[in-house]
Amino acid sequence: MTVPDGLKRRDFLMKLGLLFNGIVAAILTVPIVRYIMSPVAHARAGRYDSWLSLGKLEQFPAGQTRLAVYRNPVASPWDGDTADIPCWVRNVNGQQFQVFAINCAHLGCPVRWFPQSSLFMCPCHGGVYYQDGSRASGPPERGLFQYHHRLESGELFIKAGEVPTPGSASNLTSITSELPRCV
Amino acid sequence: MRLIKTIGGWLDDRLQVGATLRETAEHPVPRETASWFYVFGSAALVVFMLQIVTGILLALIYVPSAGEAWNSLQTLNHSVALGWFIRALHGWGSEFMVAIVLIHMVQVILFGAYKYPRELTWMVGVLLLLVTLGMAFTGQVLRFDQDAYWGLGIGASIASRVPVLGPQIVNLMLGGPIIAGATLSRFFALHVFAIPGLLIAFVAVHLLMVVKLGINEWPMPGRVVRKATYLKEYHELTKKDGIPFVPLAVWKDLFFGGFILLAIAACAFYFGPFGPSGRPDPTIIQTAPRPDFFFLWLYAVLSLLPPSMETPALLVGPVVALLALFLLPFIFGEGEKSWRRRPIAVLSILLVAVSLGTFTHLSGYTPWSPVMDAWSSTPIPPQYLRNRSALERQGALVFQVKQCHNCHALDNQGGKRGPALDNVAVLLTRDQLIRQVIQGGGNMPAYGKNLSPAETTALVAFLETLRPAGQPAAQDASRAVALAPDRGAPSTQP
Ligand code: HEC
Repeated sequence: MTVPDGLKRRDFLMKLGLLFNGIVAAILTVPIVRYIMSPVAHARAGRYDSWLSLGKLEQFPAGQTRLAVYRNPVASPWDGDTADIPCWVRNVNGQQFQVFAINCAHLGCPVRWFPQSSLFMCPCHGGVYYQDGSRASGPPERGLFQYHHRLESGELFIKAGEVPTPGSASNLTSITSELPRCV
Repeated sequence: MRLIKTIGGWLDDRLQVGATLRETAEHPVPRETASWFYVFGSAALVVFMLQIVTGILLALIYVPSAGEAWNSLQTLNHSVALGWFIRALHGWGSEFMVAIVLIHMVQVILFGAYKYPRELTWMVGVLLLLVTLGMAFTGQVLRFDQDAYWGLGIGASIASRVPVLGPQIVNLMLGGPIIAGATLSRFFALHVFAIPGLLIAFVAVHLLMVVKLGINEWPMPGRVVRKATYLKEYHELTKKDGIPFVPLAVWKDLFFGGFILLAIAACAFYFGPFGPSGRPDPTIIQTAPRPDFFFLWLYAVLSLLPPSMETPALLVGPVVALLALFLLPFIFGEGEKSWRRRPIAVLSILLVAVSLGTFTHLSGYTPWSPVMDAWSSTPIPPQYLRNRSALERQGALVFQVKQCHNCHALDNQGGKRGPALDNVAVLLTRDQLIRQVIQGGGNMPAYGKNLSPAETTALVAFLETLRPAGQPAAQDASRAVALAPDRGAPSTQP
């Protein structure tokens, strides 16, 4: 479209107006994107995981595997039950412990412990793990997710806070050998 | 009557849309297209409207908070007058909507309606399928129960496998470190604001193009689409043999739309609302989560793929499928429209339909899931214990206690993860039985460390009784030869 000479100025002003709006939009994008990305930024900064106690060691008799529940360290009042996270605690021999995430390494369904056969089984697609968390059979590509843990003043502490998934479990130990690596 | 006319005239003098609307409503459609095959698109629109209305009604009561959502669903089901019925309408409406959109899509493929000049209409249609499925998935999350909770976990596990960005995508999807309040809030925002907004926009564009380009003519074998001539031919067809959409074609859409609404209401009334199942409390691990109907096939595929194939299939499969759908009108933009001359199109649809149907059917009885309580709640059938020795009965006990029954059926009772064992003694020799139990393999865990020698002996003694009366047990032929006294053992030593 050709613009008559006398109107060139207005045409220019329109383009300037578009540019102005573009700049304002770009400026506003920054806080919006940061707002949306805040969960990622939090995770990056490692602000999700922290050490928490699963309780006195006496709750976990030697040679047994028991369900323990903790309140997620990052939780809001309206989370309700969803912030209560279960995990499996194995007291290997009274001194060595293993703490497994409840989530199957296949698709995150809750695995169940069967003391009679010393197996964890998953109700979703039939993933099975041995008592040390290593993969026994089924679709999982790896063993159960394992929390870092330490024993302190008669209590069992684990480092937890984020749901483990097959792609984001780098902060957790993966199980390859029979014996737990950390004590 | 005159009053209505006066008011209408007054409004239209100011709105200035009457002429456009009339023109749109009365646009000519090819006579044969006014057929019962062409009612699915409008039916999807009708169901979408039902979803909007019932969705707003549900939002009057529903609380999008992880701590309260489940309670508010209970209130809807039990305390609000007919709350259960509105929930049921919305739930059944969702199932119908996905089904109708799929049928509509099949019809469009069979009738070649995606061909020139309706490529973009088709592509927006593919987007509409995606957002419809998006609504179905996010809706299932808002029914915040155990299935929703663990379904989100499954979604997160799948998303986490995206290379490099996986963990970030999980954080974004969950809105935090775990499935909790923030997760439900963002799925609420998606389900109620974001995706419906997209849906309305896409529907508008889709309909606009349908009106502007004209509805697809009835495909005739031999009437070939060519870019150079198609538009002229189509306009001649509608001029020569066209009828106004309103009122001569629309009555079928009206009747079918009404019928579908009635069918949804009937399903809602007879079958009631979906769930909610148990509280979304992760500490209740006695649960076997299942996705909604239209995602069951995916659930089946995930159990049947070999582990190493899974991540590539999950990440590459959808991309390939979407690309194929988007490129379809560009690859096959011209040519025959009639399904009679397009065997490959027909066969592809059949193939996809049969596979999806089979996977969905399989998920009906989830043969890949162990039956988690079979070992304690499904006894060994009595006929398998009659006239057995003490050792064999003890083996039956081991079979129960060691959870073998969770994966193996006896007399059709128990898990189907592994093969039924009613005839196993006919198939496997004693040594093979021992090896299978000790070493496992092929989706069976190895029991070597978890069985004492005495338990193994008893268990295998029981397994050896598992054969139909009169059929001999499996024999190891080479063993018989080796042990036969007169022939002498063939030397195995070098
Ligand atoms: C997690 C599920 C699971 C459990 C628990 C399980 N099995 Fe299996 N079992 C399987 C699968 C899967 C197969 C098929 C293996 C294959 O394809 O090679 C199988 C195969 C077998 C076979 C060979 C059957 C044949 O026809 O080839 C025997 C025998 C058997 N299991 C016995 C047992 C016994 C005894 C127990 C209990 C100690 C047991 N299984 C526990 C899943 C299981």
